[in-house]
Amino acid sequence: MITPFEVIETNQMIGQEKLDVRTITMGISLLDCIDSDPARLNRKIYDKITRLARDLVSTGDEIAKEFGIPVVNKRISVTPIGIVGAAALKTPAEFAEVARTLDRAAREVGVNFIGGYSALVSKGMTPAERNLILSLPEALSTTERVCASVNVGSTRTGIDMDAVMMMGEAVKLTAEATKGDDCLGCAKLVVFCNAPDDNPFMAGAFHGVTEGDAVINVGVSGPGVVKRALEKVHGKDFEVLCETVKKTAFKVTRAGQLVAHEAARRLGVPFGIVDLSLAPTPAVGDSVAEILEEMGLDSVGAPGTTLALALLNDQVKKGGVMASSYVGGLSGAFIPVSEDHGMIEAVEKGLLTIEKLEAMTCVCSVGLDMIAVPGTTSAETIAGIIADEAAIGMINQKTTAVRVIPAIGKDVGDHIHFGGLLGEAPVMPVNTASCAEFVRRGGRIPAPIHSFKN
Amino acid sequence: MSRIIITVVGKDTVGIIAKVCTYLAQNKVNILDISQTIVQEFFNMIMVADPSRSDLGFGEIADDLKALGEEIGVVISCQREEIFESMHRI
Repeated sequence: MITPFEVIETNQMIGQEKLDVRTITMGISLLDCIDSDPARLNRKIYDKITRLARDLVSTGDEIAKEFGIPVVNKRISVTPIGIVGAAALKTPAEFAEVARTLDRAAREVGVNFIGGYSALVSKGMTPAERNLILSLPEALSTTERVCASVNVGSTRTGIDMDAVMMMGEAVKLTAEATKGDDCLGCAKLVVFCNAPDDNPFMAGAFHGVTEGDAVINVGVSGPGVVKRALEKVHGKDFEVLCETVKKTAFKVTRAGQLVAHEAARRLGVPFGIVDLSLAPTPAVGDSVAEILEEMGLDSVGAPGTTLALALLNDQVKKGGVMASSYVGGLSGAFIPVSEDHGMIEAVEKGLLTIEKLEAMTCVCSVGLDMIAVPGTTSAETIAGIIADEAAIGMINQKTTAVRVIPAIGKDVGDHIHFGGLLGEAPVMPVNTASCAEFVRRGGRIPAPIHSFKN
Repeated sequence: MSRIIITVVGKDTVGIIAKVCTYLAQNKVNILDISQTIVQEFFNMIMVADPSRSDLGFGEIADDLKALGEEIGVVISCQREEIFESMHRI
């Protein structure tokens, strides 16, 4: 029988240390909605999403009540629209119309984000995918809940530098198009290398073409739980430190596994994966930076930060793998600047730079995330930042991503404010030397030597 | 329905257990185990209960107990046992 100690420990994790199920994400395949007529395509997409996800929000709320663990977000990911729309949509404006259809469907079923306004162009682009990328500023400025992502490279294929340059421009134009909302559109746009097919976290979630018709993926989070556990082993050696992170990650993932199974059963949709990602929120006590500082760093950004993050990421994965029958998505530690008050503080004190963050992305689970840069930063420089991240991902066989926000009309020292889970970000300085000639060469980067495993 | 864990947290006063037990008895919820501890100067009571013969669903029991807690001045929460089993048992 469960002991009082165990009950108290679990409820303390939930109540005081902010353990939560960050998202139940329903992946929905739209391949059977493909049509050559744009109006019919839009109708089929709307109908399928609203039919399958009708009970998603109420089911999430029911589970939260019965198990006493918050289910913070209920979300949807769909097949990349660059594929689904190829037969019908011939202009960027027609693509943006589908974004608005996704937005309406999301509103109808009550989810706060819908991901999958995406293009997978790691080796080359179809005309449809090119149009989707060109439509991003309009799509993201005329919708509220749609998240977009573009995969520009992979270890198996190399990097499509034409796509990288186009994304540099798309990020800049999206910032311009949403400047009235502190460039919010860019917070919903991720540029990936090695994007996973089953990631439940936004803004990068999409339902890969290798997936079934519908699937339930669950993202669990709990930086506060890990930090509290580490407080209890303060000053102990690395073996103890690593074991503590691993054991904590195990318990957290088990909660996710239970919720995922329950959600899948109640919705009549297969269970996909559990993604254990330490995803911070702006709340104090829910920060990845705080974990690194608890390990013994004065501030995130200090020498030693990269190792601290590397061991955190690795131990989280080890604990998670044992705890769930299927672990997937990104699973590790996220380091979004605007969503983590510890990161924000370090940036404001000048202790954390974009260059250090780039080093950290070599060992964290994703990449440069929620970073505000001066509004004058050129599309070429943004493309250069994207290219550097893609290089790290391609060579190290890991997922990397860039979600930067050029803060139009603002400069270093200013802030942008999104509110809610997206938080606020101080504008960070970017290296001002130009890379325009380099990124504008065009063409693609060949796949790296270690991709040839056949 | 599977077993439920009822947690009562608050300042110790006379009659907490009696009131919770009376409610459970009236609604045919069988108590399997009760334990009490003091954590950080707070009274903590944890009950393992079996609601399978009750006419009420989980949601109703949880809502009723929450309201009862507010009446007595303690926090009563109700959770399905699986959340604890999955986290603490391999």
